[in-house]
Amino acid sequence: MTKKTGIFSAICAGVCLAALGSGGGLAAEKIVISNWDGYMPGDLLENFTKETGVAAELAVHATNEEIMGKITASGGKGFDIIFVSSPFAEALTKLGLAAELDHAKLPNLKNLYPDAARLGYDEGNTHSVPYAWGTTGLCYRSDLVSGTPDSWNDMLKPKPELAGKITMLGTDRWLLGAGLKALGYSINSTDEAQITAARDLLIEAKKSLLAYDDTTFYAKLVSGEAALVHAWDGWCNYGIAENDKIRFVIPKEGSDLWVDTMVVLAASENQDAAHKFIDYVLRADTGKWVAENILYKVPNKAAMDGLDPSLLQTYPNMAMTPASLLALEAMRDIGGAQKAYTRAVTEITAAQ
Amino acid sequence: MAKARKQHAALRLHAGLVYVFLYAPIAVLVVLSFNRSGLPTAWTGFSTKWYAALADNAAILNSVGNTLIVAGVSTMLATVLGTLLALGLEQGRRSSVLDAVVFAPMIIPDIVLAIALLSFYTLLNMTLGLHSIILSHVVFNIAFVCAVVRTRLRDFDHAVIDASIDLGASQVTTFRRITLPLIFPGVLSGALLAFTLSIDEFIIAFFTAGAGPASTTFPMQVYAMIRFGVTPEVNAVATLVIGVSFTLVLLSQRLGRGAPLRPRALGR
Amino acid sequence: MNLSLRRLVLLGPGLTWLAVFLVVPCALVFTYSFFERGVYGGIDYVFGLGNYARAIDALYLKIFLQSLKIALTATVLALVIGYPAAYFIAGAPANRQKALLLLAILPFWSNYLIRTYAWMVLLNREGLINRGLAAAGVIDTPLPLLYNDFAIVVGLLYAYLPFMILTLYASIARLGPELREASADLGAGWAQTFVRVTVPLTVPGIAAGCVFVFVLSIGNFITPDLLGGGRRIMVGNLIYDQFLSARDWPFGASLAFILIGIMMMLLFAQAWLVNRTAPGAARG
Repeated sequence: MTKKTGIFSAICAGVCLAALGSGGGLAAEKIVISNWDGYMPGDLLENFTKETGVAAELAVHATNEEIMGKITASGGKGFDIIFVSSPFAEALTKLGLAAELDHAKLPNLKNLYPDAARLGYDEGNTHSVPYAWGTTGLCYRSDLVSGTPDSWNDMLKPKPELAGKITMLGTDRWLLGAGLKALGYSINSTDEAQITAARDLLIEAKKSLLAYDDTTFYAKLVSGEAALVHAWDGWCNYGIAENDKIRFVIPKEGSDLWVDTMVVLAASENQDAAHKFIDYVLRADTGKWVAENILYKVPNKAAMDGLDPSLLQTYPNMAMTPASLLALEAMRDIGGAQKAYTRAVTEITAAQ
Repeated sequence: MAKARKQHAALRLHAGLVYVFLYAPIAVLVVLSFNRSGLPTAWTGFSTKWYAALADNAAILNSVGNTLIVAGVSTMLATVLGTLLALGLEQGRRSSVLDAVVFAPMIIPDIVLAIALLSFYTLLNMTLGLHSIILSHVVFNIAFVCAVVRTRLRDFDHAVIDASIDLGASQVTTFRRITLPLIFPGVLSGALLAFTLSIDEFIIAFFTAGAGPASTTFPMQVYAMIRFGVTPEVNAVATLVIGVSFTLVLLSQRLGRGAPLRPRALGR
Repeated sequence: MNLSLRRLVLLGPGLTWLAVFLVVPCALVFTYSFFERGVYGGIDYVFGLGNYARAIDALYLKIFLQSLKIALTATVLALVIGYPAAYFIAGAPANRQKALLLLAILPFWSNYLIRTYAWMVLLNREGLINRGLAAAGVIDTPLPLLYNDFAIVVGLLYAYLPFMILTLYASIARLGPELREASADLGAGWAQTFVRVTVPLTVPGIAAGCVFVFVLSIGNFITPDLLGGGRRIMVGNLIYDQFLSARDWPFGASLAFILIGIMMMLLFAQAWLVNRTAPGAARG
C-alpha cells in the first residue's frame, strides 16, 4: 500500500469510527427482547451486538399468558421484541400491539421452509416470524406400557393398569385440545356443544389421572412415577435423553401445530434494530443451535438441513417433515370463545 | 417447679419438631444442589457442577442482587410507614374504615394488584424499573408491618407515655426511648415478614418491572426457567443464601452474645 | 405537638401511600368490572352488570367454599402448631430470641418453586417419606401424600407457619414471666394459667396471625397447581385464570371484588370478636 492510500484509509477509518461513536448513531441503538430463559444460544446477544453494533438486552418471562397480560396492560412500552406462541401473536396483531414487518429488512426469511409462510394464524408472516415449531402427543415409557399407544383415548380412557400413572397438560388450549381431537373436532373449535362434549370427556378422564403437569411431566416419566404423559414433542426429547425407553407418538386422530414466534411490538421505538435482530436470528446457525440444544424443531430449512443425522435417530420426532407438521392444525386465537374454554377448564379442575 | 420443667421439655420437643419441619425441604434442596442430573426431582449422583455453572450465570447472580435491593428498600420503607400507621391507628378513635383500608393490600389477589398497578403506572406514563417494583412491594408490606405492630400496641400502658411527657421529655424522645423499645419485637417481626414476602414475590414484580435485566428479580428469573427446566443452579443459589444467612446468625450470636429484645431498664 | 397534628404525621405518609398505590389502581380495575371483554382480549367499554350476574354461579361458589375449607384447615393447624413454638421462643433466654426468630424464617429466603419441588420429592409415591415409613415397617403400600388436598394443606401450612409464629411471638413476648408466676402463686395450674391468662392476653396476636395465614392461603395459586397436581382449583387460580388465560379482565375483576367484599366482611367480624374478647386497655 502506498503512503497516500495508507493515509486515505486511515482517514476513512477515522471518519467511520467517529460516525459510529457519535451519539444518536448506530452504536447508541438498543433493543429489549423478552423470551423464555434458555431458549436462545447464550452468546447470541453478544454476537449480534458484535456484528451489528446494536446493543441487546434480555428480559425473561415464564408463560405466554403472563407476558401477554403485561403487554396488554402497558401497551408494550419498553419492549422491542417478544417471543410468544402463535395464538398470542395473532391476538397481539388483532389488538394492534404488533408491528407490521418490513420483509425487505428480513432477507434471511428465505431460510424458512416455504410452508412456514402459510401458517393460519399469520398468513405471509406479516406480523410475526416463526422461531420454533412442533406438536403435542403422547410420551410414554415403552417398558411400562403394554402395546403401542396410538390414540388420544389411550390416555383419556386408559387401560386399568395405567390408572394413576397418567398426567395431562393443564394449559387450557392443550387440555381441551386433547378432548376435542379425541372426539374428532378442531382444536380451534368455537362450537359450544363440542366444547361441552370435550369437557365431559375430560372430567371422566380426570379420574385416572395422577396430576395435571406442564413442567415436570418428563421427570415423572424418567422416575417411573408416570407411565404415559401428555407432552410437547420437544419436552419428550428431554425424557428420551435420560431414559431411552421413552417414546413419542402423535395420536391418529391428529394433533395441533404450535409455533413459537417473534413479534415486533408496535410501541417499539427501535423497529429498524428489531428487524436486524430477527434477521440475525433467522440465520442457519441460530436455528441449528435451537434444534441441537433445546431439541425443538425449527422452521428454518437451512438449519434443519445442517443437522447431524444421529440427532434425528435418537429423537425421531425431530425428523418430522414440514409437510407432516402442516397436516396438523395450526393453533389460532379463538376470539370470544376463549371465555368458554376457560370456563370448561375451570369445571374440569373443580370436578372431584 | 417440677411441673414447669416437664412442660418445658415437651415444649422444647415441639419446637424442635417444628424446626425439623421447616428445614426438611431445605435439606432436600441443598442435597439436590449437588445432583449430577438437571432433574429437580430425581437424584443421579454427586456433582458440584451447578455451583460452577452458577459462577458463570450472570443473569441469575444479577437477579439475586436486584431482589436484595428490592426487598431491602421496600422493607425499610414499609417498616417506617407501617409502624407510624400502627401508632396513629391505635391512638384516638377507632375507625373501622381505616382499619379495612390498611388490611386491604393483603386480601386483594396478587394478580389483581399486579395488573392494577401496571395499568396505573402506564396511565401516568411512568418509566418502569427496579423502583416501580419497590413502590409496589411497599403496598402489601405496609399492611403486614402495621398489623403486627398493632398487636403489640393493644393493651399498651399509656400511663408510661404520659408519665414521660409529664416529666418533660419531647414527643420524639418519648418515642425513641419508651415507645420504640416496647414495640420493638413487633417491629422486628413485621420487618422480617415484609422482607420474606418481598424476596419471594413473583407476579407483582413481573408486571411492574421495567424491561431488561436491570429490573429482573430472582423469582422472575427462576420462573422463566420453568419452560426449559429449573436447573439445580437455583438450588445452589438457595443453598448459598441460606448458608450465608445461617452463618451470619450464628456469628452474631457468638460475637454479640445477642442483645436482649426486652428492655431490661423497665424491669418488665 | 397537639393531638391532631401528631395523628396527621403518623397516619399521613402511610395512608397517602396506600391511597396513591392501592386505592386508585384498584378503583381503576374495579371500573373494568362493569365493562366487557373485547373479542381478542382487551376491553370493550360497554357498561353493564353482566359480569356480576355471571359471577353469581354455583361453580364459583363451590370453588370458593372448597378454598375456604382448605384455607381454614391450614390456618387452624398453623395456630395449633405455631402457638407452642412461639411460646417457646418467647420463653427462651432473652439473647437467643432474635436468632430463633431468624432461624424460623431463613428457609423462606430460598425460592418458593424449588421448596415446592423439594416437597414433591418428600411426598411422592416413591418419595422420602413413603420410603422412610416403608423401611420402618409402618406401611405396606405407599400413602397418597401428593396431588391431593392433603398435599395442598401441607404446602400452605409450610409456607405460612413462620408468619403465624412471628406474629404470635410479637404478642406473647410482651407477657412477662411475672404473669405466669403470679397466676401460679394464686394457685392456678399450668393449664388454667394458659387458658385464662395467657391466651386472652394474646388474642390480638392470634387474630392477626390467623388473618395472615388465612388470607395468604386463600389467594395462593402455585401450591394447588404443583402440590395439588392441578386437581383442585382454588380461588387464587380461578382469578389468575380469568385475568391471564381467558384474558377476561372485566370478569376477573368482578370475581376478585366479590371475593374482596366477602373477605372484608370476615375481617370486620374478626376485628369485632377481638375487641370483645381482648381485655380492655389501661388508658391513662
